[in-house]
Amino acid sequence: MDKDEVMALVGKVLAGIAPEADLAGVGDDEDLRAALDLDSMDFLNLIIGLSQGSGVAIAEKDYPRLFTLQGIRDYLSA
Amino acid sequence: MADFLMPSLGADMETGKLVQWLVKPGDRVKFGDVVAVVETHKGAIDVEIFLDGVIDNLAPLDQEVPVGTVLATVRQSGETAAPAVAAVAPAAVAAPVPVITEVSAEPARSAANVGRIRISPAARQRAQQLGVELAALAGRGTGEGGAVCLRDVEAAVSRHPAEATAATGSDVHRGFDPAQMRQAIAAAMGRSKREIPHYYLTDSIDFGAAAQWLAAWNAERPPEQRLLPAVLLLKACARALLAYPQFNGFYEDGGFRAAAGIHPGWAVSLRGGGLVAPAIHDADRQTLPQLMTAMRDLVQRARAGSLRSSELADPSITLTNLGERGAESVLGVIYPPQVAIIGFGRVQPRPWVVDGQLAVRPLLNVSLAADHRVTDGHLGGQLLAGIGDALQHPDTL
Repeated sequence: MDKDEVMALVGKVLAGIAPEADLAGVGDDEDLRAALDLDSMDFLNLIIGLSQGSGVAIAEKDYPRLFTLQGIRDYLSA
Repeated sequence: MADFLMPSLGADMETGKLVQWLVKPGDRVKFGDVVAVVETHKGAIDVEIFLDGVIDNLAPLDQEVPVGTVLATVRQSGETAAPAVAAVAPAAVAAPVPVITEVSAEPARSAANVGRIRISPAARQRAQQLGVELAALAGRGTGEGGAVCLRDVEAAVSRHPAEATAATGSDVHRGFDPAQMRQAIAAAMGRSKREIPHYYLTDSIDFGAAAQWLAAWNAERPPEQRLLPAVLLLKACARALLAYPQFNGFYEDGGFRAAAGIHPGWAVSLRGGGLVAPAIHDADRQTLPQLMTAMRDLVQRARAGSLRSSELADPSITLTNLGERGAESVLGVIYPPQVAIIGFGRVQPRPWVVDGQLAVRPLLNVSLAADHRVTDGHLGGQLLAGIGDALQHPDTL
């Protein structure tokens, strides 16, 4: 996946979790959980969506690397 | 002949507005079928029927009626038997949904009857979440035998958002009105603080064993099969409540009535404010993966405003879990007529004494607010200790 595809996937998955969320207002290094008020269930649903949409296996111990948009891009667009 | 009544969906509900029938007069209904949609401050609620037979005399839509009003009659099979009482069964678990169900595409009384469409349950749920009229999907199914499936619903929205959602007929409003919900919370909590003599206890639980067990479980599984700490908390509470049933039930007519099963209401905070605590039925008898599935489904439907009547009618205690970004502890307010609420704060590393040595452990604050008319702090302390003990042996949960 290239970076644009990753961002499109993030937008699609988040739209199902936090429909009112505006990704444009979230900084690259901001913690998504705080910026979009995601609880642990929301965050798990984000991980499920990203994993299924990208085909990348995401280990639980790697979750902290996916707390920001920058982190997600780096992780999935390897 | 038995009556199907407007159900009570919590102590704070006095009236309800019937906004959609999912059956027609003469249809066969089964125990646990969702037959109607009622609009409340907790969203549009799918109302189940707990009768078997043929439904008739459907009440007209869009009228605000008191709880207990007859909405329909059901002629039961073997009609010579004594009529059963039509009510929401307290211990009913939502019946498994068949793969393809038929639902009437229009309210039964609508003049413009467009007939019935075949639609999968997932598609119907999505359509409800998105506010898509089922009528707008007729003839657009791409599933087996022309059944409408999930992708058809989403396609309908992306194609013609206005047409799909603004179709004629009864427009069921999914979601909830935050102002109305705030009023209902105010009424229920005001009553609680006026009437219920609360007492409060707190305790600290070493969450190390549970955290370690969870990490090992989750490491071997793909994300969709992983468990959240919340599921262990739910199961530990259910176990402890089995041993201390005095906290699992209702204070009514001057006395305590134990609930028929362990049906904890799980507090779900809603985006835009407010919260709702629908029941997870028979939590003590479900495995951790089953509870995880139930919880994920419940949170999703609570936020989409599409809960079922049985989930709101009978929670026997409330559990509130602030989660990983929440405060360190919470002292709850009992939701009447329940008699207790258990609260969990955020797990955080703390200095802790283990075997006479100072160690850093993940600690969890647990609290109990309970009704002094029913129990005392001594028993409450035992309940909290029971929860703590259960969490030291996560493999047995």
